[in-house]
Amino acid sequence: MSQVIDDDPRIIEFDVRTDEMLVNMGPQHPSTHGVLRLVLRTDGEIVSEIEPHIGYLHRCAEKIGENISARQFIPYTDRMDYLAGMNMNLGWSLAVEKLMRLQVTEKARHLRVLISEMGRIASHLVGMGAYGLDLGTFSPFLYAFREREKILDLFEEACGARLTYSYITVGGLTADLPPGWLERCEAFLEQFEPIIREYHALLTTNAIFVKRTAGIGVLSPDMAINYGCSGPVLRGSGVDQDMRRDGEPIYTAMYDGYAFEVAVMKDGHYPRDHAYPAVPADAVLGDCWHRFFVRMLEVVQSMDLVRQAIDQYSACKGPLGEPVKVAEKIPAGDVYLETECPKGQMGFYLIGNGSAIPWRVRARSSSFSNLSVLAELCHGCLIADVPAIVGSLDIVMGEIDR
Amino acid sequence: MAEYLIQTVGLPGWLTWSLLAVLSAVLILNLMAGGALVFIWAERKVSARIQDRLGPTRTGGSFGWLQSLADGIKLLAKEDLMPEGADGMLFRVAPYVSFCASFAAFIGLPFAFDMVGLRLNVGVFYVVAVLGLEVFGVILAGYASASKWSLFGAMREAAQVVSYEVPLGMCIVVPVMLAGTMDLVTIAEKQAGWFTNWYLFHDPFTFVVFWVYVTCAVASVNRAPFDLAEAESELVAGFHTEYSGLRWSFFFMAEYSSMFLVSGLAAVLFLGGWNGPVPIATLLGLSDGTGESTGAIVRLLGLANLLGKATLGVLIMMWIRWTLPRLRIDQVMTTCLKYCTPIAAVMFAGAMTWLWVFPGGVLNLDDGSRRPGEIREGWLEGPGGRSTAVSDAPVDDAPALAEIAEVSK
Repeated sequence: MSQVIDDDPRIIEFDVRTDEMLVNMGPQHPSTHGVLRLVLRTDGEIVSEIEPHIGYLHRCAEKIGENISARQFIPYTDRMDYLAGMNMNLGWSLAVEKLMRLQVTEKARHLRVLISEMGRIASHLVGMGAYGLDLGTFSPFLYAFREREKILDLFEEACGARLTYSYITVGGLTADLPPGWLERCEAFLEQFEPIIREYHALLTTNAIFVKRTAGIGVLSPDMAINYGCSGPVLRGSGVDQDMRRDGEPIYTAMYDGYAFEVAVMKDGHYPRDHAYPAVPADAVLGDCWHRFFVRMLEVVQSMDLVRQAIDQYSACKGPLGEPVKVAEKIPAGDVYLETECPKGQMGFYLIGNGSAIPWRVRARSSSFSNLSVLAELCHGCLIADVPAIVGSLDIVMGEIDR
Repeated sequence: MAEYLIQTVGLPGWLTWSLLAVLSAVLILNLMAGGALVFIWAERKVSARIQDRLGPTRTGGSFGWLQSLADGIKLLAKEDLMPEGADGMLFRVAPYVSFCASFAAFIGLPFAFDMVGLRLNVGVFYVVAVLGLEVFGVILAGYASASKWSLFGAMREAAQVVSYEVPLGMCIVVPVMLAGTMDLVTIAEKQAGWFTNWYLFHDPFTFVVFWVYVTCAVASVNRAPFDLAEAESELVAGFHTEYSGLRWSFFFMAEYSSMFLVSGLAAVLFLGGWNGPVPIATLLGLSDGTGESTGAIVRLLGLANLLGKATLGVLIMMWIRWTLPRLRIDQVMTTCLKYCTPIAAVMFAGAMTWLWVFPGGVLNLDDGSRRPGEIREGWLEGPGGRSTAVSDAPVDDAPALAEIAEVSK
């Protein structure tokens, strides 16, 4: 009998190997971006397996959406990706408008571009700052938040809220901009532009930062597509896709007349890459460094778009248009629309049955798909790489758990 | 002071020495605790200023200078937690091991001439050895906490600190070699005069060695970017994850006093110790450039000098901490084994060669602040068996040359 046990290969292997350890990272861990729980199987410092556990922030947002009217659901979208509430509002509003075949006014269209691109900057600033925090440098986080505060101040002036805006809504926006807002926004952009160079100095080109991110967590384009990754995670792998350009007409029409280049590496070059630090030699397309860099490029891209939107918006005469009534009936039928949120492609699906309350509401979270690739990326990495990889995916648990 | 107590006051010898020992211990302990409070406050203010914040502004006046004290009181009042499954005795002992190690190392650090807890002829060795014991506290803490994160922190600390002891030791040997002694007081004494006499500027090799020393010192006291033992974004808080209250504060104090200690050691070994960049006391005629004859004012000046240099070192460590990301454990080990150790070894050999080739130093910028006839003693004798003293005494050369001339006839 003992002979049989001795021949069991698992036992021989166990004798040779050192003990494995199961470590619970989160949900109360400083670098899991909220309440993500990761179970790591480690051998010393080397992670052999990683399993994300989600659901700690589940608030039944989709089910709630099936009990209230479409406009009443707007505040709940704020609380999904709470770092980019404006973009979430926009995604839901466009989906409902698509079902209702509603067209917002020109002025509202440009204001939406303006606001949602500002939201993208604010979200990427958190992503960038928190990424520094994950790698153990505290100061860039506060520098990023210093600028984010200014954006939040602008948002507060526009809609009264700093985090959960509910500004963009079905049929337009809740209010027009207050007087002098555009000048203050331009002043902010003017002041913000040179600061980006400081971020590059502190993070992007910092030797230790490059050492910690280049070649770490390499996500191949095929794998990124197979796992349904989107946003900067997808573009960091060199896949040229951006819903603002490739999305459905109702969404891309919003960006008609806007010039922007998708921040993705083509033939070894990023758009306008002479203006930015060179890609370090160790960096591999699809690694943490590229994901981070794409976000940094999108900040600049969004600033460009905001500037264009300011011009377009100021050129618009006429009223902003009124949003739909709170209890506005939505027609029967189903609709699915994906928009380009800062974290990736955020999709909303709803079925209307002729009443004001949607019959079904579902959300497709980009962070969820981006997180699902974690187990692949972390296979065989070191413990210190886990926060680096999780941070580079830039997930928001509110959106994953909904 | 001992003679005064024994002879004039008439105290028995054992009592005198015990009293003096207690006095120095109290002084050092207070300096360390006080220093830690000041540095913790400074860290708050420095980090705040770096990060565009204000830091503490209210506690104890406009600069928040009482913040550390208020923190200390808060820590005293905190619940004393010990995790279930922890090894009770080791868990309790660990912070004191760390604390005692960095406290005991201060005994050997001279603050000014003769202003040293105990002048040891193996001062350098003592300080480095005792400081190295601090790691035991960390390993104990990590092991005894019954937490996986703590264990990770402890193992990292063990690997890191033990590795960095090697290049650190090699760097420290260079000034020891230049001075020809391990006595820290003598090492500092030999760098008296203008700043060009500092061992930092002795030769190109010592200049490089100093920076290697800085790197290794930062690593050996676990400061960013080498703070892997606590690595808050990876290991929650590393080895002190499970600690709270006063015990945690002992780790904290040990960290800050170690920072001060390695900076003070750098000042003594490379930056002239208590000798300022400009020999003010000598220029003013208060001192003749040697330690023995100096009065209280000059010693206080020296104390200020050393504290200033050490504080500067600590501030630089803070600056680094709030600027750089953290390295990964394999990169930390690579830095040590592939860069610091070979560089330190090569520089050690280089400094040795330099000393052999230029026994009297190559930059003869001596300003005459030394006593006539006193020259830097070379530890090694120069080529041909000439001692450095002979080579620098031209008077002796005339008969020797005559002799040579005679022989060659």
